[in-house]
Formats: sequence, C-alpha cells, structure tokens
Amino acid sequence: MATGRDDFVIAFRSAFLKKKDKQKFSLLSLILLSIVVIILSNINFKPIQFVKIGINEIIYRSSYIASKPENYVKELTFKIKDHIDLFENYKVIKLELENLKQEKITNNFLKSENEKLRNLINENINSDEILAKVLIDRESPFLKSIILNKGTKDNVKMGMAIIDGVYLVGQIIEVNYTNSRALLLSDLNSKIPSVLAPQNIQAVVSGTGKDYGIIEHTKDDIENDLNKIDSIIYTSGLGGLFKPGIPIGKISKDSKSKVNFFSDFTQLNYIKISSFSIGDKN
Amino acid sequence: MSSLNKSTFFRAFLSYLPLIILFISVFNEFDFNYLKIENFSFNFVYILIFYWTLRNPDSLGYFSIFLAGIINDVVIGIPIGTSSLCYLILCAVTAYIRNITLSPNFVKDWFSFLFTMILINSIQVIILDLIFLIEINYTSYVVNTGFTFLFYPIFFVVFNFLTELILQKKND
Repeated sequence: MATGRDDFVIAFRSAFLKKKDKQKFSLLSLILLSIVVIILSNINFKPIQFVKIGINEIIYRSSYIASKPENYVKELTFKIKDHIDLFENYKVIKLELENLKQEKITNNFLKSENEKLRNLINENINSDEILAKVLIDRESPFLKSIILNKGTKDNVKMGMAIIDGVYLVGQIIEVNYTNSRALLLSDLNSKIPSVLAPQNIQAVVSGTGKDYGIIEHTKDDIENDLNKIDSIIYTSGLGGLFKPGIPIGKISKDSKSKVNFFSDFTQLNYIKISSFSIGDKN
Repeated sequence: MSSLNKSTFFRAFLSYLPLIILFISVFNEFDFNYLKIENFSFNFVYILIFYWTLRNPDSLGYFSIFLAGIINDVVIGIPIGTSSLCYLILCAVTAYIRNITLSPNFVKDWFSFLFTMILINSIQVIILDLIFLIEINYTSYVVNTGFTFLFYPIFFVVFNFLTELILQKKND
C-alpha cells in the first residue's frame, strides 16, 4: 500500500517538477504562470490593461495574416456558388424587388409622418457611423464574436452598436488601440432590449449560441400572439445603448418563437459601428 | 526529389511540424472546434497536444503549448490564460501516464484522454461560468468532449504515420 503511494508521488513529482532534455520550463511553473495570467488579465490596473491591449493587437494582426489564405479560398467558394445559383437567384430577386417597390411607397408615407411627429415633440436623433472591416470571425462553440479593425484611435467605445447594412449584428465589448471585439447577437451572453412589431410588445432578444435567438423577459406569455402572425423585431432603445428601430430579426408564425436574425453572421466583411444621441432640436 | 527529401530543411520542417500545426490551429480562423454544423464539433488541439506530449514529448515544448493557449484565448475572446491552463493540465496528465507506463497501450491512453478532457473541460466551465460569469452552453461542451474522444483514433493513425516519417528522416 505504502509502495503504491510512493510510486504515485514519484510519478506525480516527476511529471510536474522535472524538466525533460528539450523542455526549458517545468510544468508546475507554467501552470502557476497560467493561473497568475488569468488573475492579472482581469485586474483593472492600467499597466496590466496596456500589456493586455498590446498582446491583443499583436495576436489579432497575426491571426488576420494567418487566416488570409483560408479567407481567399472561402471567398472563392462563395463566388463560384453565386455563379452557379445565378439564374435561380435572379427569379427570386425579381419577385422580391416587385414586393419591395410596393412596400417603399408605404414606407415613404410612414417616414414623413414619423418626422412630422418628432418635430411636434421637438426631438431628433443624431447618429454617427464608422465603417470597419472584419479582421477575424473565428467563432468558438461557446463564444460568438468578431474582431474589427477600428479601435480607440477611431473613437470606438464600449457598447456601440454593430450594423450590417441596416440590420443589427451585435455590440462592442472590448476596445484596443487599433481594433475592437464585437459580441454577436447569437452569443449566449447577448441581451438586446427590443420591441416586437406589430404586437408592440417590449422584450429582450437573447442569443442561444446557435444561429437563432429567443425572446425573453416579456410580461405575459406571448406564445399565442407570436403564432398568429409573423413578427419583426426592432431595437427598443431602452437602456440608451442602441438607436430605437434598428431591425434585428423576424419570428415566423410557424418558427416556434425562434428569432431568425436578418444578417448572416458568417458573411460579414464590412460593418458599421454606430453611436447615437437623442436630444432636442435646439 | 530524393535530394529534397534528404535536405536538412525538410528534416527540420518535419520535426517542427507538430508545433507548426499547433500554431496554425490556434491562429487560423478555421476551427475544428466550431464547424458550423449543429451538434458537431471536436477539439483538434486537445488531440494534438495529448498525442504528441504522450508519444513524442520532445516535439512540443511546454512553453510553446503555454503560448498557443494564450493565442487561442485572445483569438476566441475568453479570459487570457484559461486555455493555457487546460493545455498544461493535459500535458501534466500525459507526463504522469508516461511515468507510470512501461509499455504503451492505445485503449488505456484513449480512455485516459476521455477522463482528462472531462477534467479540463470542467475546469474551463468553472473558470468561465462560475468565476467570470460568462454564460456557456453545457451541451456544446458534452458534444465537443464526445466527438473529440471519438476522433482520437483517426488522428492517432495520422500522427503515428507522421511520427514514423520524422523518425525515419532523423535516422537518414
């Protein structure tokens, strides 16, 4: 019994403390270093934050360069697929265009009516947009985020909205000097205050870790309302982070309350980083 | 062609190949850990580190593994040091197995790999979910662990072939 325990201790000590011929560091020292790094990287102390930003800058740029060949192949695959599907897409797009033309006429009326109403209450919304390129979109099964090529030097701040065309994609969660990280709507940690139209229900859109979202924190059970008609989800502007009315996604009446995001997060190349302010006209 | 095979460059390239694959895996956007297929993913880096530190420990230095972990954390956006800690615990287990094993047995290694993965994924969950309050999907972890375990024999064969090639070139 004692010999068995001795063998265990010897094997354990040898594994953790002994350096092999080609190993410059012992395992124990590196494990301790990892723990120290985990603790330090989360301490809000300026010099440590600067070191962290420096590491991020170097690794993001290196990762962008390392991913170049793979991105080229990916782009080429999409181009070939687009060419193959050209005729099929043409028919679908033609039909969509016809519908959009009709909708545009209605929207123009609503837009002017909205402006008139805002003028009546003496309110206006100003928004600034920064165009950014997606450097890395490596997602993990646990975290969904992208790296953008704009940082503090371009006035990017925490919490700013990320917009693809007119659709909301996510928000800034980390800012470095020349780049930043945005959390996508599909991430489990993403919670966006939103409003469901046409029901006009305030809710929170949460990510699921998959390519769809769910509706949370509604006052009543809205399952029946959602099953009757297709719903469009917009940002509500509550919390003051996002401009109200940015389209997020759609809940089809037969989709069992799943939010299908308008933007395809796997196809993001260029996005807009947006901030806004609501104030009086004067 | 034969002169190319015998060149020192090719020999050096082969001996550094595990290290090159490790760094490409953590730097590159393409990730076996997230293949965009519903309920399917496996952790290639775990397989790579487990195999090479167990069978050919001189090919992967502990410091390189530590560095690869730091890079992986920065790229995927989890607290820096988490992956390094997990990778190094994997190395510690392989070092322990090497010390207590006289003749290597594939099945024993394979099941040790499963237990090690359960251990390190539990540590990762504790760090992310309980300490840093980052919401994570437990099912993804279970699926990931299962497929990584199932894929180990396939990569074992590939890496064995590579090991033989490296040894062959070393002896040339």
